[in-house]
Amino acid sequence: MIAGYNTISMGTGRKEFSPKKPRPDLEDYFKEAGQGVLKQIGGAQNVDEAVIGNFIGARFNRQANMAGFVPYIDEGLRYKPATRVEGACGTGALALVSGIKSVLAETADVVLVLGIEVQNTVKAIYGADILAAAGWAKERKDGHAYFFPGKFSDRSKAYAAQFDKEKTRSAMAKWFENAIDNARTCPTAQEYHNTTKDLIACGMNAPNPKGFVDSLNIFDCSKVSDGASAIAVVSEEGLKRCSIAKENAIEIIGFGQAEEDITKPPADPTVLSTTKEAVRKALASAGITKDQIGTVECHDCFTIAGIMATEAIGFAEHGKGTDFVLAGNTTRNGKVPFNTTGGLIGWGHPTGATGVHQAVTIWEQLTNQAGDSQITIHPDRPYGLSINMGGDDKTLVSIVYKKAE
Amino acid sequence: MNYTEKLQNVTVLGAAGKMGSGILLLTALEMADLSLKPENKGKLFILNAMDTSSEALKGLMKYLKTQVLKAAEKKVIALRQVYHDRADLIDNSEIIDQYVEDVLFIVRPTTNIEAAYESNVIFEAIKEDPALKVKIFNQINQNNKKSPWFCTNTSSIPISLLDTDANLDGRVLGVHFYNPPAVQKLVEIIQTKATDPELVEFVNMLSKNLRKVLVPSNDFAGFIGNGHFMRDALHGINEVEKLAANHSFAESLYMINRITQDFLIRPMGIFQLIDYVGIDVCQYIMSVMNPYLPDENLHSHLLDQMLALNVRGGQNSDGSQKDGFLKYEKGRVVAIYDINKKSYVPIADIQAACDEKLGVLPASCQPWKAVVGNKNKEEVFKTYFNELKTHESFGAEIARNYARRSKEIGIKLVLDNVAYNENDVNTVLLTGFFHAYGPINDYL
Repeated sequence: MIAGYNTISMGTGRKEFSPKKPRPDLEDYFKEAGQGVLKQIGGAQNVDEAVIGNFIGARFNRQANMAGFVPYIDEGLRYKPATRVEGACGTGALALVSGIKSVLAETADVVLVLGIEVQNTVKAIYGADILAAAGWAKERKDGHAYFFPGKFSDRSKAYAAQFDKEKTRSAMAKWFENAIDNARTCPTAQEYHNTTKDLIACGMNAPNPKGFVDSLNIFDCSKVSDGASAIAVVSEEGLKRCSIAKENAIEIIGFGQAEEDITKPPADPTVLSTTKEAVRKALASAGITKDQIGTVECHDCFTIAGIMATEAIGFAEHGKGTDFVLAGNTTRNGKVPFNTTGGLIGWGHPTGATGVHQAVTIWEQLTNQAGDSQITIHPDRPYGLSINMGGDDKTLVSIVYKKAE
Repeated sequence: MNYTEKLQNVTVLGAAGKMGSGILLLTALEMADLSLKPENKGKLFILNAMDTSSEALKGLMKYLKTQVLKAAEKKVIALRQVYHDRADLIDNSEIIDQYVEDVLFIVRPTTNIEAAYESNVIFEAIKEDPALKVKIFNQINQNNKKSPWFCTNTSSIPISLLDTDANLDGRVLGVHFYNPPAVQKLVEIIQTKATDPELVEFVNMLSKNLRKVLVPSNDFAGFIGNGHFMRDALHGINEVEKLAANHSFAESLYMINRITQDFLIRPMGIFQLIDYVGIDVCQYIMSVMNPYLPDENLHSHLLDQMLALNVRGGQNSDGSQKDGFLKYEKGRVVAIYDINKKSYVPIADIQAACDEKLGVLPASCQPWKAVVGNKNKEEVFKTYFNELKTHESFGAEIARNYARRSKEIGIKLVLDNVAYNENDVNTVLLTGFFHAYGPINDYL
């Protein structure tokens, strides 16, 4: 992978964001992120095909057929193959996998992968209806007004009840603090401008079931975001074609994909079992162990999902993810820095773009291009891991990366 | 008293006005929520929105739709439960739309007073004119066979006068909402010796459901709210007239307005408040109250002069502020009216000199906005007023006198038995006028 590019994750929290003022639209994000990659790889002529990841522009933007925007990015992309993929919030990584498979099948040497979502077109209360499509539609009627926060509130409630309520809340607050601390190092992050002093105090706020959900406060949740991320998936041949030095590339060492039945509730709400399976497959495919991982981009759509991800990867036993987080292991100077540009809570969650943003962040970190967000990658832990999740632990992709040699 | 039954047929008189539209909105939401309860299925709820202007009613319905939509969006979590049995309503958007439809279905806009002849409860928010109110109450009372209850929003007319003159036999209660009723928490309740206790019980229950703060006031012209406001305003006007001996009128008005906002840490200066309420309304309220106040003269020549020059203040139908003592552009004060020049003087021309004359604010002073939500504001005010006490500046001296006068007015309301206690006076200023501290305090 080479030439990653992130637009700003736009939404509440950014100084330039105002719901009443005009702001960039789909077209602008397509162009910015797409051109951002093309400029680094020597132009559109080097691209063999493109994959677009978009969750649900058909409702947020009255726009489907998103592949049609590929030639809009650059005329040089006209008549090249383009595909749009969708897997709810796991869309971005599905787009990556789609590109990876093309390269592996040797049908392409350079694939432009772009994830995009523009969600601030409706108020959050109506956005919740749209995002609920990531779950089983037949569950919507009995679901919470804020459908997905409702789902993860149930998980958080079950986790707190089974283990330690106070500790769970404290670990969730700690997760939030890490997310914002990291976002403050990244100029494109939605929380880049966050100046709140006592983040833990925010995170410790008691949930208000009357105004929101039972077991999450608003700081536990990723916000509504607009944005796009793009990266090029290339073969060795493609790398040469684009005239990019190996040291500026990362290698895909392995990946794991797993799907769970959307109509079934989780067997154990305190476990992200599909995530666990996808990570297991990814590590097996890469032939590495969790102890060789130097940084993780996990799908923390909610703080509790971040904590459960540490368990799904195997860094902590079931019920001990809270201790793992509270001990500071996931901070930027910890044992395994997680979500070093803020993750979904800190950087933002433009749903269809998130999986691609994760890959771009790992590309930046492993190639030493992360600017103020840069962490130290130790030689004994040279691998990056990403986990992108669609729905309530339903559509999973996990990828293992390493700096190209 | 059957609360639900009473609310099955209600009329709001003056429904398209500033106060009436807010009362209508609150009542409509409460009636709709009742109608959606399983036990009330099939019962008909009617809310007549009566106003003399068809044009204004058109605006009212637009306002109502916007406001009900906002309310629905806010309470969608609860509404999902209310409509749980409706299999066809799945998304929040469908539920919200249905609720808006259900609320608006209850409301019947009308220009015919006859609509009130079937109502159990009449909310009145028409012009502050005793004769007009008596005439309409009388007409409805004679034609309505249900012995309806009358809830008047008067802010100044004694309730006993309305009761006696319209022959209502105690079926009238002062239910004084504050502007805007949908936002302001305060409702002043004014009962007379003859008021039907069931009517009081009904209004108590309604206000509680609307999550209002109730403050009882005695039936004395102006009650607590205007009892304080009118005297407070008059004090401000007198201060301007004193200052005008050595300064231009516009400068004097600018200074008192600024002192009452910044030095007294209030949400707005006293002249901005007069403009907000309306110069004409203030003059009228004083004229209604004055005959009942043998020991004082609650009257302002300045208000008379302003009205003679057709400078009236008040608000446009879209809620924007009309020019009065102050001139407004996009909600900001840009100029001050000079009665001697009969024109507005731009603030920029006088501000620097006036601010210098007033002197700097005490160091611990914070703007109202920064203090009003502070849980420790009591401490903030203690520190501030302690500093103000000895602060040597022109502005501080006037501010001290102003605060003392405000307290004196408050205490007099208790001594005159208008308010039952000092706490009630403070509650009215805190919840009806959005002050950050009550006038009766020991800060100075």
